[in-house]
Amino acid sequence: MLEIKNLHARIAEDGSEILRGIDLTVKPGEIHAIMGPNGSGKSTLSYILAGKEDYEITEGEILFNGENLLEMEPDERAAAGVFLAFQYPIEIPGVATMEFLKTAINAQRKARGEDALSIPDFMKLVKAKSADLNVTMDMLKRPLNVGFSGGEKKRAEILQMALLEPKLCVLDETDSGLDIDALRIVSEGVNKLRSPERSMIVITHYQRLLDHIVPDVVHVLSKGKIVKTGGKELALELEKNGYADYVGEAA
Amino acid sequence: MNVTTPINLTQAEAGLVDRFDAARTGLAGSDAVAALRAEAAGQIKAKGLPHRRVEEYKYSDLRAFLKSAAPLAAAVTTDEAKAALAAAETLGGLDRYRIVIANGSYVADLSDIEALSAEGVSVTDFNAALAGTNGAALLAQPKSAGADGVLALNTAFVQGGVVLSVKAGAEVSKPVELVQIAVSEGAQVTRCRVELGEGAKLRLVETFAGKAGAGETNAVFDYDVADKAQLAATRLLTSEGAGAVLATTLSRIGADAELKTLGFIAGPDFTRNQQFVAFTGENSEAKIYGVTLARGKALADQTLIVDHAVPHCNSREFFKTVLDDDARGVYQGRINVAQHAQKTDGEMMTQALLLSEGAEMANKPELEIFADDVICAHGATCGEIDDDLLFYLRARGIPLDEAKTLLVLAFLSEAIEEFGEEDVTEALEQRVRDWLAAK
Repeated sequence: MLEIKNLHARIAEDGSEILRGIDLTVKPGEIHAIMGPNGSGKSTLSYILAGKEDYEITEGEILFNGENLLEMEPDERAAAGVFLAFQYPIEIPGVATMEFLKTAINAQRKARGEDALSIPDFMKLVKAKSADLNVTMDMLKRPLNVGFSGGEKKRAEILQMALLEPKLCVLDETDSGLDIDALRIVSEGVNKLRSPERSMIVITHYQRLLDHIVPDVVHVLSKGKIVKTGGKELALELEKNGYADYVGEAA
Repeated sequence: MNVTTPINLTQAEAGLVDRFDAARTGLAGSDAVAALRAEAAGQIKAKGLPHRRVEEYKYSDLRAFLKSAAPLAAAVTTDEAKAALAAAETLGGLDRYRIVIANGSYVADLSDIEALSAEGVSVTDFNAALAGTNGAALLAQPKSAGADGVLALNTAFVQGGVVLSVKAGAEVSKPVELVQIAVSEGAQVTRCRVELGEGAKLRLVETFAGKAGAGETNAVFDYDVADKAQLAATRLLTSEGAGAVLATTLSRIGADAELKTLGFIAGPDFTRNQQFVAFTGENSEAKIYGVTLARGKALADQTLIVDHAVPHCNSREFFKTVLDDDARGVYQGRINVAQHAQKTDGEMMTQALLLSEGAEMANKPELEIFADDVICAHGATCGEIDDDLLFYLRARGIPLDEAKTLLVLAFLSEAIEEFGEEDVTEALEQRVRDWLAAK
């Protein structure tokens, strides 16, 4: 599904190096958790996967189902099946949520050579998926993310994920800003999307989310490198001992 | 200083003087009207066209833009006007009444006068009114307009138009489209008076179509909104062409009344939409919106003066501008609050979105307040499309151009939706999409 080889990246504007040789292979159906302290490069990695232009790749490559991901535009990556659930979903005044969802779904379908969804089919789909995530019609009528609470924004992200049915889901600190109930709803939404054909990368600071979304592999990212890889028990160990052991190793 | 020193007329100015001498005997109106026309033409001869050293035209130099004076558009037959209208797309399938002006003259045979009459609306030829005993009063202009050069050009050359009167209490059930079509090339100079009787309600859509070539379009709309009346007017300045498009609104708002306007500019090389709004009665409201799109080397100017001459009135001014290539946008908005106009509430905002490095916006919001118990605010912003918004949309699979379209539309929709005239919302948004797609 995803092969990241020796990825080095820096911020284009000031040249500061963020990723210093990441190697990561994610197979279909697997869930990988990436944990690590603040500033270790977790969010940068997620943005680079989605195609944000603020970074410069100085070395290495990313293959997505055999294709060179770094040569694709952000919208091409999305149509190919990459989805980033943003840590801070952005508010877009003036763009109605429903209109946005329809435009996104149909743009991806068009890019894949599929017919556009009819309005009744689209409505049916949205209604079914939003009920699961406790997303109300009232929210869908509002401009995208405008006036949504933190929890509503995250639920809306997962709704988008459910509607777009990506092959690779990258969840960037989806648990941040969520209370216990919202965490459960979001996690259930994510778990519903687990399938042998779909892979996930779950970025988080805390073990808490991984109680709900149980990973196959856990990585520790520190100073732009993966310094430790293990099973789900690694997350428990980190919760107990903190990152101190690993931060030292990378330095 | 020697104020009598004659200026050096540009080719266009000299051409306008000649045009007046050639046309004056054929132009409609009483003797008093003829005198006003001569006076206005004299102003052009003495002062020339408005230019950058005239404060109000600092950013929109009409003298520099107008290279020559095209002749006035020739009179046309009803059949010619009909054929030209059939070929022009103005408001698509919108269910509306229509009043037609072709090459500057009212065409009664193509206007829905009977249906309008049944609704309490009378439509008469502006020229007939000009010839009447009160003809000169139809060319009156507000103090705030001063010796405006565009108004002077209109007064000198006005070829025709309509007087549209809505009788007291009448609520016209459908929008009325006042379409002005250039059937052949040449200057199109019109003036329309729109009178709403007490408690009347009218939704007006002013459209322009056809090809005026190098000829200027100079249209004045004179709104008289009586007490308790409500006028909503949408103006579409979307004709394509090299000629200057000059539109002026003069409006007076009575007590407990409402005026709502939206001026939409997309297309012409040089556009000025100027409005002079005056409150004459208390507890009234004016909501003035503007949506401007310009690219290439076009200049688009939205200028207005709102006179709070009486207490207890509210005004809202909200203007949005999108510029691409080397286009220039101008917003000049002034709210005047007279000393006794207490409890005035004025809120002015102008926002511009620049899509290119070469685009330029001049934002000039002004407040002139002599009263001491008012709420007045103004603001101006100028920016580019937010890369984070763009990335979010693209990360969901929306291609770059489509994402830009969504964001530009979202930016402009704030004004279109606040204007809230659902009859025209779709037509306006479609024109924005067409404009973006035409790139």
